Amino acid sequence: MFDPTLFVSPFWSWFIIILTSVGIIGVFWLIRWMSTDRPKPDQKIETMGHVWDENLEELSNPLPLWWLGMFYITLVFGIIYLLLYPGMGSFAGLLNWTEIKEYNQEMKAAEVKYQPLYDRFKSEPVETLVNNPDALNIGHRLYMTYCTVCHGSDAGGGPGFPNLRDADWLYGGEPTAIKTTITAGRQGMMPTAQQNGLNEADITHVVEYILKISNNQHDLAAAEQGQAVYGRICIACHGPDGKGMAAVGAPNLTDNIWLYNDGNVLRDSITKTVTHGRQGKMPAHGTFLGEAKVHLLTAYIYNLPNTQK
Amino acid sequence: MAQETYNYQVVRQFAIMTIVWGVVGMTVGVFIAAQLAWPWLNFDIPYLTFSRLRPLHTNAVIFAFGGSALFATSYYVVQRTCHARLFSDFLATLTFWGWQAVIVLAAITLPLGITQSKEYAELEWPIDLLITVVWVAYAIVFFGTIVKRKTPHIYVANWFYAAFILTIAMLHIFNNLAIPVSWFKSYSAYAGVQDAMVQWWYGHNAVGFFLTAGFLGMMYYFVPKQANRPVYSYRLSIVHFWALIFTYIWAGPHHLHYTALPDWTQSLGMAMSLILLAPSWGGMINGIMTLSGAWEKLRSDPILRFLIVSISFYGMSTFEGPMMAIKTVNALSHYTDWTIGHVHSGALGWVAMISMGSLYYLIPRIVGRELYSLKLVEVHFWTATIGVVLYISAMWVSGIMQGLMWRAVNPDGTLTYSFVESVQAMHPYYVTRFLGGSFFLFGMLVMAYNIFRTVTHDKRVAINDAIPSPAH
Repeated sequence: MFDPTLFVSPFWSWFIIILTSVGIIGVFWLIRWMSTDRPKPDQKIETMGHVWDENLEELSNPLPLWWLGMFYITLVFGIIYLLLYPGMGSFAGLLNWTEIKEYNQEMKAAEVKYQPLYDRFKSEPVETLVNNPDALNIGHRLYMTYCTVCHGSDAGGGPGFPNLRDADWLYGGEPTAIKTTITAGRQGMMPTAQQNGLNEADITHVVEYILKISNNQHDLAAAEQGQAVYGRICIACHGPDGKGMAAVGAPNLTDNIWLYNDGNVLRDSITKTVTHGRQGKMPAHGTFLGEAKVHLLTAYIYNLPNTQK
Repeated sequence: MAQETYNYQVVRQFAIMTIVWGVVGMTVGVFIAAQLAWPWLNFDIPYLTFSRLRPLHTNAVIFAFGGSALFATSYYVVQRTCHARLFSDFLATLTFWGWQAVIVLAAITLPLGITQSKEYAELEWPIDLLITVVWVAYAIVFFGTIVKRKTPHIYVANWFYAAFILTIAMLHIFNNLAIPVSWFKSYSAYAGVQDAMVQWWYGHNAVGFFLTAGFLGMMYYFVPKQANRPVYSYRLSIVHFWALIFTYIWAGPHHLHYTALPDWTQSLGMAMSLILLAPSWGGMINGIMTLSGAWEKLRSDPILRFLIVSISFYGMSTFEGPMMAIKTVNALSHYTDWTIGHVHSGALGWVAMISMGSLYYLIPRIVGRELYSLKLVEVHFWTATIGVVLYISAMWVSGIMQGLMWRAVNPDGTLTYSFVESVQAMHPYYVTRFLGGSFFLFGMLVMAYNIFRTVTHDKRVAINDAIPSPAH
């Protein structure tokens, strides 16, 4: 549907229509006026009789005919186009065409054409679908289209974007968990030191403790103090043994896999996380991908860690 | 009474700075072209990142190089074709120093990341105000000179310069309406899609009036002068002038095809962009046909060759532009390197080359010395031409390839290529573009050397700056 509310008042619609029409008619009139009394083929072309700056003059050659023809064709094309398509203010055009209509038609045609290709895998459970190379190929192509921007073409992730190949799952690696992640998205939230009520010393100590439980070099004395801080605050999400909690997406802190490691000094990255907190966002894909595609994508991602062996 | 003279001082100043800013702007361009081919060249220094140097490049070549060329030639042309000295020497000097100050401020603020984020209008509001002051002074000097002219009619070159000055004033003011929140930050007065539309109304007409109408003014003086032939057709100049300035102002929406811009605006922009083809070509015909009867001069005169080849590039770009404005073509070309190629066939082929040809004519006459070497002009001509051709053909291939890769789909409807694969495929063309740009820059350096030797050697000729007394 053409949307007449685009114009706040009929005035602006008429403003456009009149300006456009007068303009195009004006150009028509101009070229017609300037192409009257053409010289005869053998007539000598004179200058206009004015001279500027010693020798600047202008000849009175007529408008080239091929050029005039081209001009008329574009003008006629413009008028026909503006009759067929929206353009003249709120006049919808004879074809009643709109961009959104064309988009919806194309989307619908694509759905009719492609949806059966996806639907045929819908009933098969993810656990067995991973043995179907056709399904995995489609899953791979879906991955390359929708996921690479954040997770990388090799699914290796990057700082802030989880690696999908390492069998370390923030929200659990079962097919249902993966499917929920893709369909509804996830919002990861690590609170700031202020929200957790940690002071400078607490931060330093707890960072050493985290380095300790992940088998990294650490300051033993500080780590011992940090354990108390951990037991008071961090334990709520990351658990008593530091193995994390999939239900809230709290990462395992003992496996030496770091979502927010910027590649420099690990201690600095962890300090930054503890101090400023982190916000991770996986957008929801369910609505625009639809169930069948999500199912195939789930199978592909579920299978990714196996492809690395 | 002493003989009255033209003001050549300000013309000399702007002409020399055209060369300087040309070298600077093109060097930055070649550097960022290299960054696209080899991204490590930003050295992780924020001031050297592509995002900050790209607006520096565009501002330097369009407003510093192109702007200085327009100031220099318009001041020269308006005096000589009006048989009158500039309306005000003081205001003319003010435009020179004011414009240079704008350029220096741009060169400082843009690498610092101070920007309005409007393409070709990145400069923040205090600089915009300075531009406005300079532009008003420019208009007073130019139109003042027209008013005090001794010739009965206004020469065609001056119509184009006049349209350029007036329209740029209007575009600059309306696009930059903003609410300042500090010295370095402001918010646009328009919101959302209206802001986008005003921006591209400005952006496209910066092309139409700054880079086209202004340089057509240049063409209408320097081509007939260098060819020593009358302008081909007075009628054609009337028709294409009025049709051009009427139609150009509508064409902006073609930069926003398939966006949130309402359908009616997009169609209207497309229709008007197509109608723009004939008015644009009117200028090309008038420029090239001015040479009819003197074609043999192209063999011996590299300056004339610069002028004529630039008009050919003008014709090519103004054919390509309307084609790219057709929505179905735009669906492929938009957001690809094709656009960059199109812009550079206009910017290098037309704007830069017509300026170079005009300056080779102009500078010896205003500094009172023979041109140092015509041979070097020849060298410049060929390196520039090779550079443009390399640049635009690399961008055509790369742009069409990008467009096709982006829209390619597998039998199951998924995309055949991820975005990064298209980036990878661009590499050889980015290297070729860098080479093309280097050729063009090398030519500019040859010109700078040639002009430096011209103004410093002592083969003097008399400067003809006497204003002719009115005919009796």
